Amino acid sequence: MKIYIRSTGNISPQHSLDTDAFFLSREITNNNYFKSIEPDYDEFVDSKTIRRMSRIVKMGVAASMTCLRNGKIENPAAILTATAYGCLEDSSSFLRRMIEFEEKLLSPTAFIQSTHNTVGAQVALVLKCHNYNNTIVHRAFSFENALTESILLLKEGIGPVLVGAIDEITDDSHAILSRFGLYRNSSVSAGEGAAFFLLDKEPGKTALAVLKGLHIFYMPESEDIIENSILEFLNKNETTMEQIDLILSSHKGSFKNDELNVQSSDSFYQGKPFFPFKSLCGDYPTSSGFAMWMAAVILKEQMTPFWMEESMPPYRNILIHNCSNDTHHSLILISKL
Amino acid sequence: MSNHSFIAGMGIVSAIGNGLLANLQSLSTQKAGIGEMKWLQSVHKGELPVGEVKFSNEDLASACGMPANLPRTALLSCVAAYEALLDAGWEKSFDSRTGFISANTVGGMDKTENFFKEFSKDKAAGKLIDVVHHECGAITELVANHLGLRHFVSTVSTACSSSANAIFTGARMIRAGLLDFALVGGADALTRFTLNGFNTLLILDKELCKPFDENRRGLNLGEGAAYLLLASETGLKQLGKKSSVIIRGYANANDAFHQTASSPEGTGSLLAMKGALELAGIHPKEIDYINLHGTGTQNNDIAEGTAIRILFDGSFPKMSSTKSYTGHTLGASGAIEAVYSVLTIQHGVIFPNLRLQTAMKELPFQPVTQVLNNQKIRNVMSNSFGFGGNCSSLIFSAS
Repeated sequence: MKIYIRSTGNISPQHSLDTDAFFLSREITNNNYFKSIEPDYDEFVDSKTIRRMSRIVKMGVAASMTCLRNGKIENPAAILTATAYGCLEDSSSFLRRMIEFEEKLLSPTAFIQSTHNTVGAQVALVLKCHNYNNTIVHRAFSFENALTESILLLKEGIGPVLVGAIDEITDDSHAILSRFGLYRNSSVSAGEGAAFFLLDKEPGKTALAVLKGLHIFYMPESEDIIENSILEFLNKNETTMEQIDLILSSHKGSFKNDELNVQSSDSFYQGKPFFPFKSLCGDYPTSSGFAMWMAAVILKEQMTPFWMEESMPPYRNILIHNCSNDTHHSLILISKL
Repeated sequence: MSNHSFIAGMGIVSAIGNGLLANLQSLSTQKAGIGEMKWLQSVHKGELPVGEVKFSNEDLASACGMPANLPRTALLSCVAAYEALLDAGWEKSFDSRTGFISANTVGGMDKTENFFKEFSKDKAAGKLIDVVHHECGAITELVANHLGLRHFVSTVSTACSSSANAIFTGARMIRAGLLDFALVGGADALTRFTLNGFNTLLILDKELCKPFDENRRGLNLGEGAAYLLLASETGLKQLGKKSSVIIRGYANANDAFHQTASSPEGTGSLLAMKGALELAGIHPKEIDYINLHGTGTQNNDIAEGTAIRILFDGSFPKMSSTKSYTGHTLGASGAIEAVYSVLTIQHGVIFPNLRLQTAMKELPFQPVTQVLNNQKIRNVMSNSFGFGGNCSSLIFSAS
């Protein structure tokens, strides 16, 4: 069974709501802190509803609505959201007030919107969609596990599935993650984004690409295991490294904002051109959603943004390799229609 | 439905005991575990009763071999998960076909609260060790790493229906042939964050909760963890076990009405129950018992009750809310109640709804109020409904 990416909607630190703008411009951060370029939300939901939503919810709802509009679908058969950190802004805000006011005189608003399923719930509420609804919150596997669930639902005949990866960065979370030394190596910036996809067994008129394969592996004990896992994965999906035209990698090896050219030196990838996608969206656990969006638009348009050199069309297959903390590896294979 | 998920083992820790036997005994003797908080440090101590697990973090840590300074949710999770694996006779050599899918709602929030005391005044302050396990997924991984479960690990979080969704995620993966074993369930510890959150919503009862009572005043929060080891037919053979209970149906729907309140007609609940019956391929009449979501709030009980009135019109099964024993354990509740549902089938006993005095006027049925022994129970429905309109129903059946 083929699984088509029928449409996408992506709010990120790049101009990703408009593919043309993405191909023609690139945003760079100078302060280790990539924030999403947010649209005028009134275009998506009425302003009264929007005012009550926190930033992550607004990003998620707007990305979902864009995806459904692009796919010309009113109501998906399932809504799956993936978030590692959840609604940080509201969690922090409720915690701060709870501590400051010593558990008294608190308002419920921040608490109500702090649960991890808020984005999925608000999307359902805006759509009045009573269908299947789930939220996966497993660190850098959140999005991948939501994709696995999407694939199983589609195999059971439940589709199309709206699936999205979403995380926000706040001043508090950035302060904490920085103290953990996550960005000490100046090659990585913090990031965020909301990337939604409509997956279906049928391409419809709007499909961009095919989701051909997905694999996760947790805590590989050696570099050999990583290399073997990549080869086994390709083998299982009847694709050779030769047929891979571009690798979107989170690999940090040569990963600097001022080094945006496609690299081709990494041994895992057998000299294939690869591009460090986190230089565009920043580092966050569900950033493989951004990479999947990027792969889909490159395959659809058969071109890469002008600032990506070396790699040349035609693009047949793009491999995404996300690795977080050296513990969470995922491989996603996206192919031309 | 082919590729059934058999219940091969279970584990539980709740306000009414550590382990299957202790829970069974409390349920059978109508002994609730809700009362004054002892471990949770809150200004609401003495004012809001809770269903607290009676063991300290040190007790829990020594029971499962984890360090005591970890988030309480991880400790509760590990104690129950370990019991489920032991109960099933699972061995580490099965890891490559085993998934671990766990639910929780606030991750390591108990420690994050400590961190924020300092951090909220000065962003360079607060001990980082207190936030390192903040994420929901971090809790699952602590337990996965401790128990040696590496093959497929995931975390679900849909508020109060979280662990019901985790349970059928495992069943779905077994059904698709992706796994032979799935350790599924959830855990949540009481935290000041959730206690105060629910308190601001004015839905906490200052006395012991009375689910499905005309004069119900709200819910009591609780804590705990529960897991079921699901096995495919192949998995069951590997264990060399027989199992008398399967997961026969499950469904998930969204109420799409309000972020926290249920629609008065219980749309989401009705769709979830209907969907589970359809997947199970059984008629509402064939359900012998419903383990209600039954939180004890005005809103939940009338929505759930209305949906049951519509769906089971004319042949109401026996039902009860075991939250009257444990309190509402949020991310653990779906799993705790799944374990009770399986015990109901295995032991032929229906555990009553405690403290019910006056049946709800709007409903033509009322929950069971006495222990019913020697029951022939084939199909049990377990309901879990949550914030965000997330509604799930599971059906367990005698195999």
